[in-house]
Amino acid sequence: MSDLLELRGLTAHYGDFQALFGVDLTLARGETLAIIGANGAGKTTLMRAITGIARVTAGSVALDGRQIDRLAAPDILRAGIAMVPEGRRLFPSLTVEENLRIGAHARQGNGFWTLERIFDLFPILRERRSHPGTALSGGQQQMVAIGRALMSNPSVLLCDELSLGLAPVVIKEIYAAFPTIRESGASIVVVEQDIGQALKIADHVHCMMEGRITLSGRPQDLSREAIHDAYFGVSHA
Amino acid sequence: MKNSHSLLLFVVLVAGLALVPVLGSRALVQDLFMVLCLLVLALNWNMLAGFAGLVSVGQQAFVGIGGYAMFAAVILGGLDPLAGVLIGGVVAMVLSVPVAFFAFRLNGAYFAIGTWAVADIARLGFGQWKALGGGTGTSLPKGAARDMIGADAVKEMLGISAAAATDAMTYWLALALVAVMMLASWLFLRSRMGLGLQAVRDNPVAARSVGVDPLRLKALVFLLTAFGTGICGGLIFIQIGRISPDAAFSLLDWTAFVIFIVVIGGIGTLPGPVIGVLVFYGLEQLLADYGTVYLIVLGCLGIAIMLFARRGLWGAFIERTGFDPLPLGHAAPRPGA
Amino acid sequence: MSWADTLAQGLLLGGLYALFAAGLSLVFGIMRLVNLAHGDLIVLGAYLILGIGSALGISPFLAASIALPVMFALGWVLQMALLNRVLGEDILPPLLVTFGLSVVIQNGLLSAFTADSRKLPIGPVEAHSLPLGPVTVGVMPLITFGSAIAVILILNWLFYRTALGRAFRATSDDAVTAQLMGIRPKQIFGMATGIALVVATIAALYLGARANFDPSIGPARLLYAFEAVIIGGLGSLWGTLAGGLVIGVAQTFGAALNPEWQILAGHIAFVAVLLVRPRGLFPRAQD
Repeated sequence: MSDLLELRGLTAHYGDFQALFGVDLTLARGETLAIIGANGAGKTTLMRAITGIARVTAGSVALDGRQIDRLAAPDILRAGIAMVPEGRRLFPSLTVEENLRIGAHARQGNGFWTLERIFDLFPILRERRSHPGTALSGGQQQMVAIGRALMSNPSVLLCDELSLGLAPVVIKEIYAAFPTIRESGASIVVVEQDIGQALKIADHVHCMMEGRITLSGRPQDLSREAIHDAYFGVSHA
Repeated sequence: MKNSHSLLLFVVLVAGLALVPVLGSRALVQDLFMVLCLLVLALNWNMLAGFAGLVSVGQQAFVGIGGYAMFAAVILGGLDPLAGVLIGGVVAMVLSVPVAFFAFRLNGAYFAIGTWAVADIARLGFGQWKALGGGTGTSLPKGAARDMIGADAVKEMLGISAAAATDAMTYWLALALVAVMMLASWLFLRSRMGLGLQAVRDNPVAARSVGVDPLRLKALVFLLTAFGTGICGGLIFIQIGRISPDAAFSLLDWTAFVIFIVVIGGIGTLPGPVIGVLVFYGLEQLLADYGTVYLIVLGCLGIAIMLFARRGLWGAFIERTGFDPLPLGHAAPRPGA
Repeated sequence: MSWADTLAQGLLLGGLYALFAAGLSLVFGIMRLVNLAHGDLIVLGAYLILGIGSALGISPFLAASIALPVMFALGWVLQMALLNRVLGEDILPPLLVTFGLSVVIQNGLLSAFTADSRKLPIGPVEAHSLPLGPVTVGVMPLITFGSAIAVILILNWLFYRTALGRAFRATSDDAVTAQLMGIRPKQIFGMATGIALVVATIAALYLGARANFDPSIGPARLLYAFEAVIIGGLGSLWGTLAGGLVIGVAQTFGAALNPEWQILAGHIAFVAVLLVRPRGLFPRAQD
């Protein structure tokens, strides 16, 4: 597998506070990566830095060998990175269908994902297509947010805290869509506080604490204790 | 320490300006009278927009109301013009209550439109007052200004004509108004209420959470500035001696110029209006012969300030030098300072 | 004049005010910008139509169709070069910049065209009128009113049925997330102001065809337009039309009672509506 997304020494700020301290990370083509960590570990800032919403103060982000960290957010989307933002952030004055269509705003040419394929992935959205996006349940809103990001046919899909505030059964339903998303050719980064879910779908797991990656590995190689320590910052030294 | 130096400088400046009618020509006195009045209006508008966040485009309403109330007191009530000035301030403040009741319903930028509409209503409404000349306006009775309390004494003391004595009187009153306004603004902004006001401007949510009631503070500022603006209106029209709705409620003269003065000098800073009025006066002297060019230059200057130096010339000065002779807050020590 | 006549005149006048206001309503709905120079931009549009018409010797209607793209470009440049730089949390900079712009345009026109009043020469159609049931109405006011309805229909279609309109609404909702969709908010704002000035140019055509104009009349038109927008409820285009009609009808009835009361009656209607309905006649759910 060749590297699709490569972060080198990424440093970024959240307001006046430095939130990332030289993060190195690679995402191989076709891979699914999970980033776990407690609140305030810098996961969301990492996502925002990659997508150009937070300003990168040092280090680099390369997509397919092309440096993209100086691009503005709309250009990074055009380069092929789409994000499902934390809190879903649907547009309240747009219907479900419009929320999905606006995901394809910058798209040129054809790709795997079409409105019909999103509706096949989440059939409930087909029924609700003319409802205002924000009139849906939390889980359905999350489906719209995922569909909206897919509509740009991204090569990299970033998902920030998909399971936040959702019931376990709903979380399971949403993650059931991930095998199809992988098959469509997208490489995926999920940021999760739900460690169990993250371990289940990821090829690689990185644990973040205080703006740094403190532990990396394949799910099957990481012991429960190691993850626990990395997550809560407990040291056995 | 710093404050006492500033105070000394302030006293010397005011005393120096007070000597102008004794030493200077009558034309200079009249010129500076208008500059001082614009400064009073600017200090008031700066308090409203720069500190209370109430961007009014309708302050000419209170200038006009003050002027008309003074005229009514003199012509219909037979009172002394100076009493009329005070009445003008009070009437402006009383009428500002219903205005506030209406305009405060409009949020943010729409407050500006609301106040503007109210000022236009006032202009058209006072134009219906036939006893004061209706739409064409009227003049102060001959001699009313000359018989003001104290005018005779000034005439005797300086050995000047009655008309010049009137000019001197109104000039000193305007100067006194500037001095009082500046001291009052400074004291108010350093008071508990003033600090609360600045807290509201900088972060309304946080300010509310520590118990500052933004609406009450803003309403208070609105009423007080209506009083100051109304008094100034009365004074202006004693000097002019003639009033009409279009002159009394002129958007250009009493609000547009004032906004440019404050913006150029530094909105939300105490010395800003003073700097602004000096620049304004300088430009006026320089470009007086080119009426429209003058206004175009003012407009462009205002736009440029908003683009490149939002706190105006004074703000840029402080930023460059790091020297603030009139600190408003009880500032926390800066990191590294 | 009968009451029915007065009402008809008022409604037709309201159509003109709705045209003044539609551009403002659009821009406010998308970027929360209150453009104090809008009235002067309308007057600028009227002079542009006059200039093109007399330079090429063509009718004001043809001249206006040439002026439309020019004014669109002006709106785009104005937004990209100036207004985008001052948009933000603080409402003061955009207000003061557009205020400065208003003074600059007004005095620029004054030095270029003097204070003499002008009129767009539209020919014999000016004097034509039609019997419409119990009332007789002028053809030009009727065309103005029809144009206002058409403009609002088109703007609504644009806003709710096109990809651009979708991007307008998304940016208005949440500009940061819109960027994640590949939308460039500043360009969206540029388009919006361009379109607002296209509408302003249409308003300018009828303003100049209906009555005399001179460089100083912009601020008063702006005031009527804002009153229409606020009465209608912020961000609702049909509300803006309703607001324009309220101001127009109030002004004509005021004038019928006493010619000096025309403007005053419009302002009083504005205050009265807001006292009864602080959020206007057709408020949007949010704001």
